[in-house]
Amino acid sequence: MEEKLRIGVFVCNCGTNIGGFLDVPEVAEYSKTLPGVVYVKENLFTCSESGVNEIKEGIKNNNLNRVVVAACTPLTHEPTFRAACEEAGLNPYLFEFVNIREQCSWVHKNEREEATQKAKDLVRMGVARASKLEPKDRITAGVIPSALVIGGGISGLSAALSLANRGFKVKLIEKEKKLGGLVKSLYKIYPENINAEEYINQKINEVKKNKNINVFTSTEIKNVGGYIGNYKVKAENDKGNELNFDIGVIIVATGAKTLSPEGLFSYDGKKVIDMLQLEDKLKNDGISQYKNFVMILCAGSRNNERVYCSRICCMSAIKNALLIKEKNPESKIFILYRDLQAYGTTNEETLRRAKINGIRFVNYSLNKLPEVEDNTVRVYNEILGKELLIPADLIILATPLVAPEDNENLSKKLKVTLDENGFYLEAHIKLRPLDFSTNGIYVCGTAHWPASTEESTTQALGAAARSSIHLEKKYVMVEPIVSSVYYEDECRGCGLCASLCPSNAIEMVETPKGVKAKVIEVACRGCGICGASCYRHAIRMNHFSDEQIKAQIRAFLEE
Amino acid sequence: MSEDVLVIGGGIAGIQASLDLAEMGKKVYLVEKKPSIGGIMAQLDKTFPTNDCSI
Ligand SMILES: Cc1cc2nc3c(=O)[nH]c(=O)nc-3n(C[C@H](O)[C@H](O)[C@H](O)COP(=O)(O)OP(=O)(O)OC[C@H]3O[C@@H](n4cnc5c(N)ncnc54)[C@H](O)[C@@H]3O)c2cc1C
Repeated sequence: MEEKLRIGVFVCNCGTNIGGFLDVPEVAEYSKTLPGVVYVKENLFTCSESGVNEIKEGIKNNNLNRVVVAACTPLTHEPTFRAACEEAGLNPYLFEFVNIREQCSWVHKNEREEATQKAKDLVRMGVARASKLEPKDRITAGVIPSALVIGGGISGLSAALSLANRGFKVKLIEKEKKLGGLVKSLYKIYPENINAEEYINQKINEVKKNKNINVFTSTEIKNVGGYIGNYKVKAENDKGNELNFDIGVIIVATGAKTLSPEGLFSYDGKKVIDMLQLEDKLKNDGISQYKNFVMILCAGSRNNERVYCSRICCMSAIKNALLIKEKNPESKIFILYRDLQAYGTTNEETLRRAKINGIRFVNYSLNKLPEVEDNTVRVYNEILGKELLIPADLIILATPLVAPEDNENLSKKLKVTLDENGFYLEAHIKLRPLDFSTNGIYVCGTAHWPASTEESTTQALGAAARSSIHLEKKYVMVEPIVSSVYYEDECRGCGLCASLCPSNAIEMVETPKGVKAKVIEVACRGCGICGASCYRHAIRMNHFSDEQIKAQIRAFLEE
Repeated sequence: MSEDVLVIGGGIAGIQASLDLAEMGKKVYLVEKKPSIGGIMAQLDKTFPTNDCSI
């Protein structure tokens, strides 16, 4: 069915982003000379409503069977242009994107002529590839209407409740004996200073009562197979029983822990303690014997070893300083800080209250760390420009939240990424802040980065909402840009591709012709590793086939 | 009970909420008092921390 090529080329000015640095009319004029091209249009902004309409009209009026847009990046506008093709009745995979902005006009701002020439080369290559494109249908698969929540702190509890209240089944897995996470160890929770234990117990009870939630404590994840909509999860409890779950979506809410204060500022666990120990003392009325308190903020954070700010320590310290004052108005409290994080109206108000109540704030710098001596703390006050000797009966170190070592392990099982500090890394900080780039898995709470309970809960509700999109829809649709064992006879069943696949998307199956590799299309993300590794060339990348790429390379060499 | 949702304000928050709801299969009415949606994000060139123009 050799259909005659009718290619349309749309060249975008992107305002002056492209048009300002290369000769767009010349590129458009040149496009007309390329094989198969029957229609060319220059747009001011191809992505604008009028630009999109020009594509649609171009397709309809000229019977186009391929569309090439020379503009920005697939990341920004490929969905826009594919949709335009689809609306005009053209299969969206007969569309080719040529980047003449990031890869041309922006990087060659002072070389107008060369940039124009390069844009022509790029368009010629795009047209050559477009000639070889094939129509494709999107792949759909069902979604098991149940979620797995890993971690039973405030984030995991909130996410589980939110999903359960929408009517979905939830498996909640906690590795410790008890639910509750870090909040269990706190005395009061800022900003309203609500009782931490009452608050978390209420959540735990709600979860336990909810018929849609199954709680598994003292349980850990052993293995995660499958893909969005159809995860196969193996877990094991402390009695050695294996549990198997079929799951549609997964939420990671494994939290964080505080940095061990061992070795910091003469920490001894008695006179020099950390903030969690102070929370414990406050809970158990264990502070009445002290009068002079010194808190050291940024203990072990924002230094060369650990550059990030843990965000919650300033407010935890201010909260506890005020609580000490409440219990014992005679106490003298110094907070030694480097910078204060009291963002937002409520936190700033709490800080103001602390100052009014006589809590003293002393600014120190990383070059001159406070020194803990017998009954004093020696600190160089950066603002006064002199050294102070502060009497101290109890010294409290605010150590940062750090990522648990276990993240390394679990992230590998889930095939999700960690950031440079070991916290879980989202797909895109602005566009997809609660999603992982692995579809169907979400993150919330301090597993993500240090956050207050309010922020953790907000993220948990967000992750629950995002994940419920798939559960509500009951199916997932994925791009047909996947690999296929196209030349199956060539496959010797060696299994190399299956072992290299980062998405678990290849299984080895028995066929009448022996063991063969088989691609699980919904799981495949089209990375191409299998195709590159197959020494039999049995695997073909749909939409990035050898023929398509060779055509592109040939076109480049042609001029 | 009507399953349709009204979103008031067409900045990045309103747009994202509308998109997610629509993905779930709900009908969404997004109301914005200005002539176009996008809000403040649409007026910015590059935004931290990625310093790109993505919205
Ligand atoms: C000293 C201190 C004071 C604080 N004070 C306040 C305050 O006043 N106000 C406030 O808003 N916030 C405060 N915070 C922050 C608050 O503790 C966190 O926001 C909150 O704990 C985050 O909840 P989470 O569920 O994300 O994580 P976590 O509470 O850490 O819970 C995570 C849970 O996941 C479990 N888990 C971990 N790994 C696995 C695994 N592989 N499998 C199964 N389960 C796993 C853990 O056992 C834990 O139960 C304070 C923090 C500290 C350290």
